[in-house]
Amino acid sequence: MDWSAVALSLRLAAATTIVLLAIGLPLASWLALSGRRGRWAVDALVALPLVLPPTVLGYYVLVMLGPRSPIGRAFETLTGSPIVFSFSGLLVASVLYSLPFAVQPFAAAFAAVDRTLIETAWCLGASRLRTFTRIVVPLARPGIIAGAVLTFAHTVGEFGVVLMVGGNLPGVTRTVSISIYDDVQALDYARAGRTAALLLAFSFVVLALTYRLQRRSGRAWPIAS
Amino acid sequence: MADRLVASFVRRYTPTVSVRADLELESGESRVLVLFGPSGSGKTTILRCLAGLDRPQEGFIRFGAEIWFDAATGVNRSPQARRLAYVAQDYGLFPHLTVEENVRFGMDANRSAATARVASILERVHLAGMAGRLPAQLSGGERQRVALARALARDPALVLLDEPLAALDLPLRDPMRQELRQFLRSIDVPSVIVTHDRVDALTLGDRMAVLSGGFIRQVGSIPEVFSRPADVAVAASVGVENVVAGTVVESAAGLATVRVGDGSIRVAADVESGPVFVCIRAEDVILERSQHGDVSARNQWTGRVVALQSEGSVVRVTVDCGFVLTALITRPSLDELQVAPGSTVTALVKATAVHLVQRGPAQEPTTPTDRIS
Repeated sequence: MDWSAVALSLRLAAATTIVLLAIGLPLASWLALSGRRGRWAVDALVALPLVLPPTVLGYYVLVMLGPRSPIGRAFETLTGSPIVFSFSGLLVASVLYSLPFAVQPFAAAFAAVDRTLIETAWCLGASRLRTFTRIVVPLARPGIIAGAVLTFAHTVGEFGVVLMVGGNLPGVTRTVSISIYDDVQALDYARAGRTAALLLAFSFVVLALTYRLQRRSGRAWPIAS
Repeated sequence: MADRLVASFVRRYTPTVSVRADLELESGESRVLVLFGPSGSGKTTILRCLAGLDRPQEGFIRFGAEIWFDAATGVNRSPQARRLAYVAQDYGLFPHLTVEENVRFGMDANRSAATARVASILERVHLAGMAGRLPAQLSGGERQRVALARALARDPALVLLDEPLAALDLPLRDPMRQELRQFLRSIDVPSVIVTHDRVDALTLGDRMAVLSGGFIRQVGSIPEVFSRPADVAVAASVGVENVVAGTVVESAAGLATVRVGDGSIRVAADVESGPVFVCIRAEDVILERSQHGDVSARNQWTGRVVALQSEGSVVRVTVDCGFVLTALITRPSLDELQVAPGSTVTALVKATAVHLVQRGPAQEPTTPTDRIS
């Protein structure tokens, strides 16, 4: 088995999850709690990666980050190396690709928080930020965990976007799914099978744990009424 | 006066549906205002506008020298900046925080001062041993106490309660109502209470505003509004009833004596001495020309007819017999009695037809800080 590919996938998934927690939570709270005009457009934008073929998304990311783009040039000036076909490039692509897997569960969890509690916190003098961190986030925790786990698992399994943006550099951009593809191309079915089985078992365990967690935490704070 | 709320605003939903409020309220003797009306009449909208959770399109809300809202200048203070206690219908306790954390949430004192203050407030609302519990582990009455404690901890300038007793089971409602009355009397803070329950209004309020169809139809003292509804809409929503303030002076063998002005009223009830509202439905009052010797009715008052008002097949007769009493009688009865304004009649009311609403023991109001520190 290609252990360096496994390690890379885990590293990429962890980094993607952290970045998506940082930008996904504020974005989801805006979507779920503010009720601003124009949120339908943002909703659609966030959901786009669900329906776009990974190649389309990958193509645009490649163009956006390429050496001739402003972003690509700025990155190269700063770090001395191009962003495409690097771990950073992969990370940008993964964040975009997994955006709905994080933001949608976050937003659903925020929207399910009793509005009365939020208003009560305001009337008790708590700022919007304090209300968010002390009331909304703790009460939405199961949904936040679910979103983070889905993001992680989804990133571990992504293929098309990674191939478009990262290529296939061993140890740099060759993730688990690409190593399976390589093995099949090389007719090494045994090796591909072992990696595929690992990915299957991993995905099942992650999803099973998520559902179990959600079922349990659904009753963590029973409110008799 | 520093703690004076003056509000006059319109919250419009559609061109034809709107809620209009004109209110004045200050600390002191008449500090508890009940917003009374059927559901959909706009009570909660008014409360939410006062809290800053909803925004009117016209008018203003001022509190003391502060401008909380002014449509003309676009000023709209956030709920955070209004220093108020707002208790939602189901209390809005944070389910993931303990009783102590809930009470402390609204306080900005430092940690050790806060701990002492929380302990003293919890003791005051009889929750001393419950600090570490989660709201789900409390009874309905205890939850109400936590909500009140949390409101008090903020040292609010204005208390807003939305249907404070609606979330309670029926047997709990009576004792908690008394407790709430005592709580409201113990703090000298103007309070607005939304309710659609007559007994809540009678027990808790000093004044009441009756809402119907998005308008405040009448504002006045509790007995005044119940006994002299301003129009048909108010009468329909409060019911035709005599409400007279009195004091229970004696209670023995299931019969209580209530002093009302110069006279007294006998009631079939065992109650403790103290202030009450005496409620007599107008249709339970019997009128006759002369006083009889032997009747079973415990209450006989002789008085002068002040006014006659026809309401379809019945006539409302207002009699001054030391206090104002309204009787509802049929037109043939009126013809037989031959009463006119100025004539003398005797009013008869059975002791079992009189209903008392306790107003709790009289308490000297104190400021919240006095009580807590």
